[in-house]
Amino acid sequence: MSATAPAIPRLHIVTGKGGTGKTTVAAALALALSGTGRRVLLAEVEDRQGIAPLFDAPPLPYADRHLAAGLDGGEVFAQALDADEALLDYLDMFYRLGSAGRALRKFGAIDFATTIAPGLRDILLTGKLKEAVGRSESGRMAYDAVVLDGPPTGRIVKFLNVTVESGRLAKTGPIGKHSRSVARLLHSSQTAVHLVTTPAAMPVQETVDACRDLDAADLPVGHVVLNKVVGAKTVDVTGEQIAAGLERTGLPAGEATVAALLEEYRGRQAEIGAIDAWRDRLEELGRPVEELPLLTDGVDLSGLYELARALRASLGRGGRDAV
Amino acid sequence: MRSDLDVDALLADEGKHVIACCGSGGVGKTTTAAAFALRAAERHGRRTVVLTIDPARRLAQSLGMEALDNTPRPVEGVWGGSLDAMMLDMKRTFDEVVVSHTTPERAAEVFANPFYQAVSSTFSGTQEYMAMEKLSQLRDTGRWDLIVLDTPPSRSALDFLDAPARLARFLDGRVIRLLAASTPGSRRSMLSMMGASAAVFTRVFNKILGGHLLTDVAEFTASLEDTFGGFRKRAEATFRALQGDQTSFLVVATPEPAAINEAMYFSRRLTDERMPLDGIVVNQLTPVLSELSAERCLGAAASLEEEDSEHPVAAVLRTHADLARRRAAEERVAARYAAACPDVPQVRLPVFGTEVVDLEGLRGFGDLAGRA
Repeated sequence: MSATAPAIPRLHIVTGKGGTGKTTVAAALALALSGTGRRVLLAEVEDRQGIAPLFDAPPLPYADRHLAAGLDGGEVFAQALDADEALLDYLDMFYRLGSAGRALRKFGAIDFATTIAPGLRDILLTGKLKEAVGRSESGRMAYDAVVLDGPPTGRIVKFLNVTVESGRLAKTGPIGKHSRSVARLLHSSQTAVHLVTTPAAMPVQETVDACRDLDAADLPVGHVVLNKVVGAKTVDVTGEQIAAGLERTGLPAGEATVAALLEEYRGRQAEIGAIDAWRDRLEELGRPVEELPLLTDGVDLSGLYELARALRASLGRGGRDAV
Repeated sequence: MRSDLDVDALLADEGKHVIACCGSGGVGKTTTAAAFALRAAERHGRRTVVLTIDPARRLAQSLGMEALDNTPRPVEGVWGGSLDAMMLDMKRTFDEVVVSHTTPERAAEVFANPFYQAVSSTFSGTQEYMAMEKLSQLRDTGRWDLIVLDTPPSRSALDFLDAPARLARFLDGRVIRLLAASTPGSRRSMLSMMGASAAVFTRVFNKILGGHLLTDVAEFTASLEDTFGGFRKRAEATFRALQGDQTSFLVVATPEPAAINEAMYFSRRLTDERMPLDGIVVNQLTPVLSELSAERCLGAAASLEEEDSEHPVAAVLRTHADLARRRAAEERVAARYAAACPDVPQVRLPVFGTEVVDLEGLRGFGDLAGRA
């Protein structure tokens, strides 16, 4: 790796606490990265099938498939990574097992192997990721970038720390050897782990913890994405002003209505005030913090593209290469 | 038409001895479980214990659950009935299971096995299995008349039902028996008809996994041989007990498509397994205090902004319109569940102002649920 020009990440791993919108952010990031003429793979693990519903698409298969048009004419493909299938691929590749591999599965041996060595699952899955990053088609890279909707923050370090896990497995076996090259990719500047959080205590705390743990494991942290941010600056307003405004516009201006509107607005002010504190806490991590708005009508396909544009704009601030 | 879930009636029902809160991660399962347990104790005078899996640090502190001794401890400052709380220690619970099912010598053998150490701390499904195990231990003591269970933070809520069976099946499965059979010194008889495939299997997997792992597994299996029966019997008994009408399952969700979809799948599974599903708690709805319509407010805001583009009342009206639209979108998502599971009573709870980190917060959350 050249010391002067760090490589632009090609493998983006998105993690976050449950409920923070990790899958949505991963999908928006894939769209944002798929600019003109670019192809991006959006992958998920653990049979969650969280991506397909976002795109109103049928469940994702094990092989990659075209999913959606990216921003400005790029293309997004998607794939559901599966450890059992990946193990069969390996067995096929290294032992030319062919139909014997299928027999092993029927016998329960594949399930057994990935069960007794839980770390093996992660090695197989990250191995498939590496394969997707390096995949080539007619002389060019099949994908300009690969985005993974990863495991939640609580499990991300274990998932990515394949060298540690592979130490428990056969060192001389083909998968053990392969895992070392996977580890090189995951620990390089070609990879970026993005942390998604919402402006609330527990998600922010988990983000801070995950960032520390990723650093300690020498895994590259990319951006922090502060998701579901309620926008707009607030102004000072009194009940009398509200009552007058309601009357002038012909809306009911009863005491209860004024009080309710005022309380709602105060709540919003408090919420926006609190966001600054969480943002400060996140900025102390020393990583770029991107913000995505809370979508009023929930996340549908057009909302997803809106988030993608917001993400591209904020990522663009630091220059194209900042991603 | 769905009915509304009457939380207080459920918590007061002396025929109910277990309430299990299930749902995907990040939906407020732990808060719901702890708040309901506290309310059952204080409002309904019940002797309650809450079994949580992975509570937020500050909540754990305020419930006095920092001590990781795998035993319920009384929560200070509770009036009315009583509330004990504990955090599940998966490894220790597994150790207890082994000790209670075998001789001390055999238990020592099991504990020393590297594979046991992996299974008891990282094996997928162990946490779910041990939650069920702990639940039955707590039931057996008869010390509490209500146990509120916070299920493990699974990637999928279904794991809670599937994992114990998967673990039991695995420990008692065909492959593991075969392995035990092909390991020298095993107490199992050799299954000769499987010998050939065992050889292929062992050769390939020794290469991948390393020889020591298969050996460890085989030894582990052999030393656990006596406890298999007990293991399975207990898991099955717990599962059956959960089917009784002394148990209530509550599904917890947030009004987001992914969480609601998960809740629908899980509800169908509970119904299929004949588990008593008594309601769904939809948490974290946007609070809306005024009934003015979003459209009228936006129109009024626009006309105020014609006079003054930064009219403060326009900002107030736009905020209300924003909240009302957000709430409407959430209600639509929650209504999907009502359409798919029309017989399951729902309770919808607005976001509770601040994050719940102490008894006062839990009481506030409980009041919200009781009032809803």
